[in-house]
Amino acid sequence: MTAALDPGAAALDPGAAAARATDAILADTLHGTRRGVVVDSPPGAGKSTLVVRAALELAEAGRPLMVVAQTNAQVDDLVLRLAEKSPELPVGRLHSSDADPYDKALDDLPNVRKSAKAAELTGLSVVISTAAKWAHVKVDEPWRHAIVDEAYQMRSDSLLAVAGLFERALFVGDPGQLDPFSIVGSEQWAGLSYDPSASAVSTLLAHNPDLPQHRLPVSWRLPASAAPLVSAAFYPYTPFRSGTDHGDRRLSFAVPSDGSGPDRVIDEAAESGWGLLELPARHTPRTDPEAVRAVATVVRRLLDRGGAATSERSPDPAPLTADRIAVGTAHRDQAAAVRAALAELGVTDVTVDTANRLQGREYDVTVVLHPLSGRPDATAFHLETGRLCVLASRHRHACIVVCRAGVSELLDDYPSTEPVQLGTVVKFPDGWEANHAVLARLAEHRVGWRP
Amino acid sequence: MSLISTLARLEAVSTGRAQPTATVRHRHLSDRPLVFVPLTTAGEAGAPLGALVGTDRDAPHLLVVPQPRDRDLRFAFLAELADLVLPYVDTYAADVEAAERNETDPETGKRVKVEVELCANAPQVIVPSRAGIDFVRLLGRSMRFRRTAEQDPEAPYPAPPRVPLLGRWLTHFGERARVPGSSLLLAMTDVLARHWATGQSTLEDQHLGALLAWIDPPDGATGAEAALRAELARDAQGQLLCPAAGPATDPAFDNKLLAPAIERYDRARTALAAAEDGLEADDRLGDLTAAEREIRALVESRTRPTWDAVWRGLDLLRALPEAARAEERWTRDRWSFTGHRDRVLAGEPPQPRRDDAVTAANKLAAREREQARLEAQEALDDPLVMAGRRLAGEAFAGEVTEVVMAYSEGKRPSPRPLVTVRTDDRPQLGERTKVFRSLGEKPQSAEFVGYGEAPGEDGALIVLRVLDKMGRGKEPEEGSVPEKGDLVCFTLFEHEQRGGAKLPDPEQTPWTHGGPPGEQVSEAADPMTEEDVL
Repeated sequence: MTAALDPGAAALDPGAAAARATDAILADTLHGTRRGVVVDSPPGAGKSTLVVRAALELAEAGRPLMVVAQTNAQVDDLVLRLAEKSPELPVGRLHSSDADPYDKALDDLPNVRKSAKAAELTGLSVVISTAAKWAHVKVDEPWRHAIVDEAYQMRSDSLLAVAGLFERALFVGDPGQLDPFSIVGSEQWAGLSYDPSASAVSTLLAHNPDLPQHRLPVSWRLPASAAPLVSAAFYPYTPFRSGTDHGDRRLSFAVPSDGSGPDRVIDEAAESGWGLLELPARHTPRTDPEAVRAVATVVRRLLDRGGAATSERSPDPAPLTADRIAVGTAHRDQAAAVRAALAELGVTDVTVDTANRLQGREYDVTVVLHPLSGRPDATAFHLETGRLCVLASRHRHACIVVCRAGVSELLDDYPSTEPVQLGTVVKFPDGWEANHAVLARLAEHRVGWRP
Repeated sequence: MSLISTLARLEAVSTGRAQPTATVRHRHLSDRPLVFVPLTTAGEAGAPLGALVGTDRDAPHLLVVPQPRDRDLRFAFLAELADLVLPYVDTYAADVEAAERNETDPETGKRVKVEVELCANAPQVIVPSRAGIDFVRLLGRSMRFRRTAEQDPEAPYPAPPRVPLLGRWLTHFGERARVPGSSLLLAMTDVLARHWATGQSTLEDQHLGALLAWIDPPDGATGAEAALRAELARDAQGQLLCPAAGPATDPAFDNKLLAPAIERYDRARTALAAAEDGLEADDRLGDLTAAEREIRALVESRTRPTWDAVWRGLDLLRALPEAARAEERWTRDRWSFTGHRDRVLAGEPPQPRRDDAVTAANKLAAREREQARLEAQEALDDPLVMAGRRLAGEAFAGEVTEVVMAYSEGKRPSPRPLVTVRTDDRPQLGERTKVFRSLGEKPQSAEFVGYGEAPGEDGALIVLRVLDKMGRGKEPEEGSVPEKGDLVCFTLFEHEQRGGAKLPDPEQTPWTHGGPPGEQVSEAADPMTEEDVL
């Protein structure tokens, strides 16, 4: 518990503070006496790096390790990272029996064995799969150790299905991102320590409150312009800071602005890290054609203007290409509408996805369609803290939000009215407050829509 | 709310009538449902005031608690309710057919087929609104832990026989009602709102009178006018013309009619107790009976309109043909009913107050599966529901314009024909998105290959590669591949649900979830408090 509030860390430089936290985590993981260790990681704080390092050290110590991730993409990504760090390490990728169950890039790795049957992977140092696949595995003797990645996005019931497979585990995740959800009501179990629809970590800690909890204190992804806002708005009691300073990162464009709204918001965001492109107030359907077109135009201009991103990673500026840009939305139909609008403008390689699917991803510039833009009401879905947090924390350089005017009045008209359930832990901050905090900041970087 | 239901609501507003959102009835309705219209006492959670209950629309049984705070009268009410509900349940419990079920053999651990009984039909309880379902749950919760004098001679306030059993059944109905698509316990407002879209909010749709006013307005009135009247119109005494469907009552009724009547009843009772001789007692008994009769009339006057409204709702629903797959879901209800019947017969204790970790997780998984199944089945059963999914980009329909034979690579090439579909829909297709169509009640899958050259006019050409259900040979079986000119409908959602992974047994609950829950202890009824005893 104490490691989470290390007063000395603030005085250290970011690299030293992060190293200190990592060392403490690894010490507890490898030599601790408790069955679990929990690590909270803010966006871009090196969670994956930590998982890979912990996996390698556990493997080195000769402890058979299973790794549980939540999606196949996350599993493949971890396998690739492990192989990159330690090409000799024998790794097992347990996959489903569907067609194309894993990333084809894994076929090029000689020490990665892939199978749909856990029995064919026994004896390997590390075996990695999704929680859904692990749930079908039966073992006579449990693994000595497990790493559970994205544990805050894992549902309590899926931990229940796999927890019998390991003796002890390292749980890593980001508490600020989207909570797991269920498609049917689960109020019946609200307040129970093992509410199956709650996150795996909340159940784990409810039953094992004295497990060591750590926190990664530095975000390497978020620029100095974004970390304080994201930290204050979404992690009010567990602040973190940026690993880089103002001026370490720069975004510049070869083609000057043509004075239009999209170009001016791009310049504003390049300068300050944030940009708000505001459309006139209006109630619209979810796939607001004007807002969708505005998003697509901003992306088109980002590509056309020959952007270059300078960062601590390399002395030379890297070109801002389509794969370094992402568009985030709240709903899938919005993402589909943006994709269609982009295709009309001849843009095909830019990632467009919902907050749920952008979790854990990183880009240079993100363009976000505000979840409340054009809405007549603010539902719990649209106010969910994690949704806005994901959308506002995917970028290394700049985040441009496209939104209709009037959202802050909308927020005031719809204070949170979710029923309070006895026995549940109230999450801070609530989405209403976080939305206001982000809007207040964005308002400083507002550009009116003028095509 | 989906786009199509928003449109239907807008249309309802502009036409003044509710618009159908289904062409078939998506819930099974029993030939002989038990309608239950309960009322509760204001400010006294779990204190029933009365109810109309029965299977005959012309002859409901009226049950009344003249003094709701009197425990004995409340028990008498519950005993009477048990005498009406349990025989109804029993008629279904006795009639069984042979069926097979997969079970794990405890010795070999293998899945084996076991011959079991399945009740040929199941009871169906219908309450006016969702609040009624909550009330059924509350009654179940308040009764199932009670002990009868036979079970426990020491029990301080023994429940009448069969009351705990009624509690277990009501609990089972209430729990089953949480399963999407189930029909053992239905709220009339929910079922009506599933089949019609009104021009009012979903909250207002919970008012049975207003909902019926939109669906079937009286001559000469629009749905909006009739609904407003149903919600607000009062008579000269200030009483609602269309009483609230309950279980809560209207405060004007409570204050002006009910409270004085109960007071008269209390006075008559006190007077009777104080009677000094038989003649006086006879007299005062007459007063008491009159006071009780007055309360009964009041309760009937508030429940009868709702009773009639529920039956009117049933008439409206029965006019729709039952959806093809509703029968399959009803069979699941029958399994659920049979399962609980067997647990009762086996002498198992009542359902615990709280689920253990494994039971909760299993229930959640089952309900999520049922929800997905329900959504898929409703779309497959009903072109209007499918239209909504098409509008949302989750399905598309069109004509096959071209079929090109192609084969998979590998040692034994299998048919993988390319089918081009011309559609006006705009499905959200991505690279190699899987799509499904219903082929002889089984889902056939295909994957999205790309868009064909647009034919000039509106619409898109979608090229699909058919993946399965074409037989084992090199050439696809007759009728397994769409032909040019066929009208087809593909969905982006799966038609059938996979079963989830098996969770550990409760006694194997892992350390992350608090370990095994331990032996189930028989739970005591809630302790008495001062407020419980009048």
